[in-house]
Amino acid sequence: MSYSFPEEVLEHVFSFIHSYKDRNAISLVCKSWYEIERWCRRQIFIGNCYAVSPRITIRRFPELRSVSLKGKPHFADYNLVPQGWGANMYPWVAAMAQAYPWLEELRLKRMVVTDDTLELISRSFKNFKVLVLSSCEGFTTDGLAAIAANCRNLRELDLRETEVDDPSGNWLSHFPESCTSLVSLNFACLEGEVSFSALERLVGRCTNLRTLRLNQAVPLDKLANLLRRAPQLVDLGTGIYSAEVRPELYSKLTGAFAGCKELKSLSGLWEVVPAYLPAIYPVCAGLTSLNLSYATIQSADLIKLISHCRNLQRLWVLDYIEDSGLESLAASCKDLQELRVFPSDPYGAEENVTLTEQGLVSVSEGCPKLHSVLYFCRQMTNAALFAIARNRPNMTRFRLCILEPRTPDYLTLQPLDAGFGAIVEHCKGLRRLSLSGLLTDRVFEYIGTHAKRLQMLSVAFAGDSDLALHNVLSGCKSLRKLEIRDCPFGDKALLANASKLETMRSLWMSSCSVSFGACKKLGQKMERLNVEVIDERGPLDSKPNESFVERLYAYRSVAGPRLDKPSFVWTVDENSAMRLS
Amino acid sequence: MESTVTYEGDLNLKATELRLGLPGTDESEREKPMVPVAVRNNKRPLTGSTDESKSASCASDARDGDRETRPAAKEQVVGWPPIRSYRKNSFQPKKTEADPAGIYVKVSMDGAPYLRKIDLKLYKGYSELLKALEDMFKFTIGEYSEREGYNGSEYAPTYEDKDGDWMLVGDVPWDMFISSCKRMRIMKGSEARGLGSCA
Repeated sequence: MSYSFPEEVLEHVFSFIHSYKDRNAISLVCKSWYEIERWCRRQIFIGNCYAVSPRITIRRFPELRSVSLKGKPHFADYNLVPQGWGANMYPWVAAMAQAYPWLEELRLKRMVVTDDTLELISRSFKNFKVLVLSSCEGFTTDGLAAIAANCRNLRELDLRETEVDDPSGNWLSHFPESCTSLVSLNFACLEGEVSFSALERLVGRCTNLRTLRLNQAVPLDKLANLLRRAPQLVDLGTGIYSAEVRPELYSKLTGAFAGCKELKSLSGLWEVVPAYLPAIYPVCAGLTSLNLSYATIQSADLIKLISHCRNLQRLWVLDYIEDSGLESLAASCKDLQELRVFPSDPYGAEENVTLTEQGLVSVSEGCPKLHSVLYFCRQMTNAALFAIARNRPNMTRFRLCILEPRTPDYLTLQPLDAGFGAIVEHCKGLRRLSLSGLLTDRVFEYIGTHAKRLQMLSVAFAGDSDLALHNVLSGCKSLRKLEIRDCPFGDKALLANASKLETMRSLWMSSCSVSFGACKKLGQKMERLNVEVIDERGPLDSKPNESFVERLYAYRSVAGPRLDKPSFVWTVDENSAMRLS
Repeated sequence: MESTVTYEGDLNLKATELRLGLPGTDESEREKPMVPVAVRNNKRPLTGSTDESKSASCASDARDGDRETRPAAKEQVVGWPPIRSYRKNSFQPKKTEADPAGIYVKVSMDGAPYLRKIDLKLYKGYSELLKALEDMFKFTIGEYSEREGYNGSEYAPTYEDKDGDWMLVGDVPWDMFISSCKRMRIMKGSEARGLGSCA
């Protein structure tokens, strides 16, 4: 149909379409649309770096400006993926350095990024603007220094929850005095000191700075100075929020906060000294996002602060808030959309705070817009889950973590099947679900029957048999990511649903009952599925087919088997044999 | 795996059978030989309310009867609970005023052969503290005034603050005092008269 419109017109129309889904749909209309679309695609999202290769990406999309890439599977966050597994960024950058000299943005999650990689980025892309490293690892502040020094138009440098070695304050000083382009700077996860004078000068001359997240090494009085220099901030991460109680510092801080009329998001707040909390009150009314998940302060102080934040949409907090604090939250913050409650003492055997299922029920009752929940607690009941489900049919993300595995309903001692069943039944838009507590095969029956929009499911210490896994794989039409640990699921369900796996991004199973033989069969049967056995116990090829594997990671891919496997990863190749790396 | 599960015809009703018994009372299905991690559920229902938890805890006692010898410390499971490592590293013990340790500071008195130690937490304010010091060292302090310090006595209570400076007791709010006081000294004589309230 290319004679209908000149290419330029189609290209112009396509330039208004940004969503990946829509772009993909466009490219499927006909060959000429595919061609036009691929030449004018500027940004791409690759959810699994091994699903495709740099070469294939570059061949299809020759003019990219923005690349988002995700590497290790989610359970790597909890140390379930051994070091050295993969997700190396260097080969991607090396290929893109040739193909995309005008690359502007890299957003990476769970990738291994070395100093060499950062250095190569800084030298290869003359117009590089945005670097977001989320949950990454492998580099030191030397790499950051290269980025600071060489990227003349840098707008965003965002290190989220990323581990950085050997921090030294000097990296920040590598931003040249001519750098005024920063809009977003987040180094909250670094441990070492930065040069305060360099930081103050940098903040002072970057008048477009909207996001500034400091690390714990920045003391309270320096915070006041920085706020004075950047009253236009929209997103602030404080440094350590603790100092001796000094009246002149307190008024300095209050004045500095009062000047920040645009502030919408507040985080950091390590080691909070309650006496200094009222300094924040001037900005509370404008806050939509508040992260108190490092603030080890008691419920009363938390309640006082939160009661000033009437427009809060997102709250992250420690369980020091307790049920009483959550009740107060439910009364004050009617716009609340997302709540995350983290455990202050996750490894303690005994309860240290009064945070129970009741707190979550209160919030579900009082906050009509609540749709995203992450809740760590020690006890739960089916009744509470029923209430939450009925109160909040608009729930889209529900992650419940009862600290002790296999904990039943503490009132009835029954499994929590019915409660989670109510969640999936009432919350028809549920996209993400994490289960915990005592659960039998029954809950998976409910999930397979009702959770038709579910995209990601996390399961641990649950279920009795393969039927559970079968129900999920055969019933959840929208499932993209499934991660399972320590469940008695195995071969039968996997092999019976092999083709389902190609419709998903990935499947992770660790400490389950999956046999070596089944992995081989799965890999042989599904051509475009990479089946990885990740097992650190030594050579697998001598093991019998019936032996269970430590971890299975299966993901669809057009790139074929990995070429960069470490010694503890086995994959199946086309010759139907388990191949060692 | 011993599985007798098939999917073509058999609905495997047993696996999803609704039973009235407590979970864990069935023999074969509960055996999970493939779960390699030693995690036990030694959880007791928490005491929140009264009657329900009592009856529930009786049932739980019966269930856990064979587990009473379990050590109190939990065995840690890799990657459980699912918390990112940067969160784990930032855990602090809860800082509360209910800290049983108290704030002990040394108190010296000019001319006394040895020092004493007092717990500042025991006192609600300056008057209680000063009374206790008077009793302990057998002296009188006199009236505090902002302008003149302690009048009508040859003694003055002083303290060393976090900056290392010697300050007169009573100038700053009580909470600020107990958080910044490192040690105390009861000065005597002409030295004492030299101290006044600093602006």
